Amino acid sequence: MKASKVDKQTYYRGVRMIPYDLLKEVTIAMVAVLGVVLILSAVLSSPDVPSVTLQTWSKANPIDFLTTASGELSGSTVVAGYGPPYNSGTGSVQSWGPLEPQQWAGVHVPIDAPNDFVLQPLTQATAGDAELAAALTAYQAAPSDQQQKWLTSYTTALGTATLASDGTVTVPSGDFGPVTVLMNRMLTLARSGGLDALLLTSDHFYQTDFSRALLFLDDGGYIADLATQQKLIGSDWGVMNETGRYPGSAWLWLYTMWYQIPPFNSSTGFLGISAANTDLAVVGVMLLLTALLFLVPFIPGLRDIPRWIPIHKLIWRRHYAEMRRTGATNTMQQ
Amino acid sequence: MSDERAPVTIDPSAPAAQPVVDDATGWTASVRRRVEKTLPITELLPTKQPAYIGSWVYVFGVVTIAALFWLVISGVVLAFFGSAWWHVSSVGHFFNSIHFWSVQMFFIFMVLHLWGQFWGAGWRDGRAKTWMVGVVIFSISVGTAFTGYVVQQNFDSQWIAINAKDAINSTGFGGLFNALNFGQMYGLHVMLFPIGVTLLVVLHIIQVRAKGVVRPIDDPFQVAP
Repeated sequence: MKASKVDKQTYYRGVRMIPYDLLKEVTIAMVAVLGVVLILSAVLSSPDVPSVTLQTWSKANPIDFLTTASGELSGSTVVAGYGPPYNSGTGSVQSWGPLEPQQWAGVHVPIDAPNDFVLQPLTQATAGDAELAAALTAYQAAPSDQQQKWLTSYTTALGTATLASDGTVTVPSGDFGPVTVLMNRMLTLARSGGLDALLLTSDHFYQTDFSRALLFLDDGGYIADLATQQKLIGSDWGVMNETGRYPGSAWLWLYTMWYQIPPFNSSTGFLGISAANTDLAVVGVMLLLTALLFLVPFIPGLRDIPRWIPIHKLIWRRHYAEMRRTGATNTMQQ
Repeated sequence: MSDERAPVTIDPSAPAAQPVVDDATGWTASVRRRVEKTLPITELLPTKQPAYIGSWVYVFGVVTIAALFWLVISGVVLAFFGSAWWHVSSVGHFFNSIHFWSVQMFFIFMVLHLWGQFWGAGWRDGRAKTWMVGVVIFSISVGTAFTGYVVQQNFDSQWIAINAKDAINSTGFGGLFNALNFGQMYGLHVMLFPIGVTLLVVLHIIQVRAKGVVRPIDDPFQVAP
């Protein structure tokens, strides 16, 4: 008869049974775990590094902010050319051979970087600002190649811009057209905190979707610099780290390990897997490994590992010792 | 009006009660008999167990459940007062700390339980489904923890969300599961995922109690199949 079909009386034949108090065990476990958790909470507290806002970014590193904002307007940032689910770009689309799930899924969180991040917020801020309204009109009336010329000149000039101690950014003069006004207003708007709100605004009152604000932040270098200081970037196994000196998501060690080794981090790659599609490849590997873990009971070889590597001798060492003592002639004692 | 505390008296001339014979048919009777057979109360709340459970390995399962209990309790308090509460209240921060350390305990114990069951080949003798449900619990727990990290409303949340989005987007699920959408992540974290984990843990416990603890590997009394 299959072991799964026998009743417990039969299954436990030859096994010595001992008194057992389930509820007492559960209660002791509850109290013990609560005690440990309370002590850790009282002594070590928990991490809470304040969030970054567009306001803090524009005050702390205005040149990086302006570089990002002008990049959004020219459509040259990562998010501007990302691809699905944000837009029809291809810059961050990953595939493996004929598998292109990102492309197949299409655009579901539409992001039009120049409009969503710059032109629309500035348009909403034109009330009482004739100079900004005129600059917007001039910019939008200009041919796209002229817009790009202004933006390229402006971005190049930002490379040698200076930052005064009072926060004033001085950009070397050049032919920037209306871009100077637009970017100055973006900086003013961000520093006032208005841009944080405008990027959250949509056509309804309640807001819980921070996609646009976070994607804008992601395009800049400021948040990445802060993350580097906290050892949260990928090359520091950042996925399993936490801000400060607290334990992070240690259970993701295997997931983040793949990012550290070839072919996942290599530019040349192997079997079509490289740094260019590392996310898709790592997720695929983890799904495969999870499926294997799920199916361990049915996979010959994998399910035999516990017999081959006898750690069970440790787990049940007292039981095996008892078996040896009694010559394995135990009888039921219940 | 009769006194409800008075002893019940039945007219002795009343016909004798019918013998209790469980011959009922229908869905209810069928389910009841199945439950009684699969998990009698003596198995659900046992007072005797095999002597070989006297190992530290068997502690990891119950302490995982204990950590989950405090995780849920602290999470309910945090959810009740709102997502921003713990940033502005010292009491709230303390409850967040309880939540934080409960998560750490939960995962440490769960992984130890998982390894303990792997090296003891806990899936043997008809317990494959118990193992499989355990793996699903672990997987959903990882998802629950992830959504928890991205709804903390601090720097950690921002950084994790903007990095995780690339992995999720690469699979084509970025539009369906948007780590940058706080509302979606919050709903999943405080409602759907915890309910999923809790229900599956209940199922897992029922499976363990119904089948009993598996016999040791190379047990001298167990005849090889």
